[in-house]
Amino acid sequence: MSDSKIVKISGRAVPVPGDAIDTDRIIPARYLKEITFTNMGEYPFFDERFDAQGGLKPHPFNEPRYKGARLLFVNANFGCGSSREHAPQALMRWGIHAIVGESFAEIFAGNCVMLGVPPVTTDAYNVKKLQQAAHDNPQAEWTVDLESMTVSGAGESFAVKMPESRRRALLAGTWDSTALLLANRDQVAAAAARLPYMTGYA
Amino acid sequence: MAKGTLYNKVWDSHVAAKLPTGQSQLFIGLHLIHEVTSPQAFDMLRERGLKVAYPTRTFATMDHIVPTTSQGRPFADAQAELMMQAIERNTKEFGVPFFNFATGRQGIVHIIGPEMGLTQPGMTIACGDSHTSTHGAFGTLAFGIGTSQVRDVLATQCLAMDPMKVRRVQVDGKLGAGVYPKDVILAIIRALGVEGGIGYAYEYAGKVFEDMGMEGRMTVCNMSIEGGARAGYVNPDDTTFDYLKGREQTPRGAAWDKALAHWRSMASDQGAEYDDRVEIKGSEIQPMGTWGVTPGQSVAVDEKLPDPASLPGGQRQSAELAYRHMGLKPGQTLSETPLDVAFIGSCTNGRIGDLREAARVARGRKVAKGVHAFVVPGSQQVRRQAMDEGLDKVFTEAGFEWREAGCSMCLAMNPDKLKGNQLSASSSNRNFIGRQGSPNGRTLLMSPAMVAAAALEGRVTDARRFLN
Repeated sequence: MSDSKIVKISGRAVPVPGDAIDTDRIIPARYLKEITFTNMGEYPFFDERFDAQGGLKPHPFNEPRYKGARLLFVNANFGCGSSREHAPQALMRWGIHAIVGESFAEIFAGNCVMLGVPPVTTDAYNVKKLQQAAHDNPQAEWTVDLESMTVSGAGESFAVKMPESRRRALLAGTWDSTALLLANRDQVAAAAARLPYMTGYA
Repeated sequence: MAKGTLYNKVWDSHVAAKLPTGQSQLFIGLHLIHEVTSPQAFDMLRERGLKVAYPTRTFATMDHIVPTTSQGRPFADAQAELMMQAIERNTKEFGVPFFNFATGRQGIVHIIGPEMGLTQPGMTIACGDSHTSTHGAFGTLAFGIGTSQVRDVLATQCLAMDPMKVRRVQVDGKLGAGVYPKDVILAIIRALGVEGGIGYAYEYAGKVFEDMGMEGRMTVCNMSIEGGARAGYVNPDDTTFDYLKGREQTPRGAAWDKALAHWRSMASDQGAEYDDRVEIKGSEIQPMGTWGVTPGQSVAVDEKLPDPASLPGGQRQSAELAYRHMGLKPGQTLSETPLDVAFIGSCTNGRIGDLREAARVARGRKVAKGVHAFVVPGSQQVRRQAMDEGLDKVFTEAGFEWREAGCSMCLAMNPDKLKGNQLSASSSNRNFIGRQGSPNGRTLLMSPAMVAAAALEGRVTDARRFLN
């Protein structure tokens, strides 16, 4: 699975400032009516980017200077609310391959890792500097490095964090966990047999 | 790390293996699915040639997308109809039990699990829905997952997980008359913040929860996620066991006695250790309503809305955004703005007890002119029970619409939506921008009794005025 190893993600960055940006804002529920994820890349932040007539509203994802960005810089509690995987799917299919923020909602962060998109954290001061730097110089190239646990670019480097097990899964290319879990069928059967409700409390 | 808590006991008893990443492979005892977050997961199984590993431990229903004016098929919305056909095909092909309209047991996934007795103490429970935390009311470890994790549970009945920390949220004292579980959880989220629970499971403890019925405990646990806690639970006790006894999926006879002994053993030990503890005084909690765009932005019914300048940095910016969106002003109370819509329902507050309390307020009174008020039972069983008690008549005579079971306007993936910048009093769980179907729509979260009172008055008011 060497091709699925995720070590360094490089590219330009787009800042989307604001605390508690929930997954309804990242993708409105009406787009969850589609039964595949195929088109999700068209919808991130839809209602913040387009008015009712389809006219453009001011939003970083609408700005030509951020087109092609692969990194996203956000603030605290990003991705809170609904568990919809459509949210990271929409960001990933739009082109985002790593997210740096102050903190992430737990389900959202887990969903990102399941797609091979690392969500890494750093403190509020650093995030502010990153967002400002990306704003001032949208052409700057940034790298999230999961080996050194840094985000660097524009002559600066900041330490980032993520839970060690998630980091290992990304580095080893086992972030799509199905194969790992399937490998332990016998242990699962044994665990199930020990649970009283699995045998009807007999 | 916490020790001797229900969380620890459930976690330890469900770890099947250690993974090379350092994560644990956690066995999931009960997997619930619905039409929105499952079709892509079944497609992934097909692509990989996988089967459902434990088809008797997954249960399906339909709730998010279903219209609530009629359950007739085909649905008027072609996309919704397609989504329904997908879950019908998937459950049939993979052998998963499906509680569709015809079973008489359809409803919001977090309402039907408990009402059938599928949800039992000591279980791990997962569902592709963040409000899975509801089931923690029974002393379970229950949490929401994404669609790729739904695939993992279908394929293996397991998830790759790291353990959470445990925070004991102790609410002692006695709630005042007309103060509801919804007010308790809104007060908790206000106190601890919408991100205070990240990384934690919340253990709700103390006299207020000991006195609370199962439906109230479900309301509280349901909104754990709005406080950032992926899971929340109450230790199982006689209230739990009384609720479960005799339900269609709970054990009977000798098996019931064994189950009871097991369930009791899962509760947190007297000397359990926690990663954190907080205390909140129950007697000080007032009827609450949200005024902003996160569930943490709430006030007591007669309290003035805060001045953003008085709030710390991040909260100040969120408050400024909230005032811009809501069109409300610092220093006003919730009651000063006229209401357009009143919505009673959702997995938070769509159970029979919720409808009874709302009906207590509405009985013999009339919805204010210009307010569109509607009641959506959380399940077909709740609906039948309410009709047996004549609650539907109480509501319709007062001018509320009486609907079929579903998620309705909580997330507006169905025809129930706000229009334009309508202001809604809602008994649901999220006041996020755009949540109720209109990008400019505005939501005030409160208890079902408070929503009913607001519908009658045409603006937010203290429901205790109507509760004699």
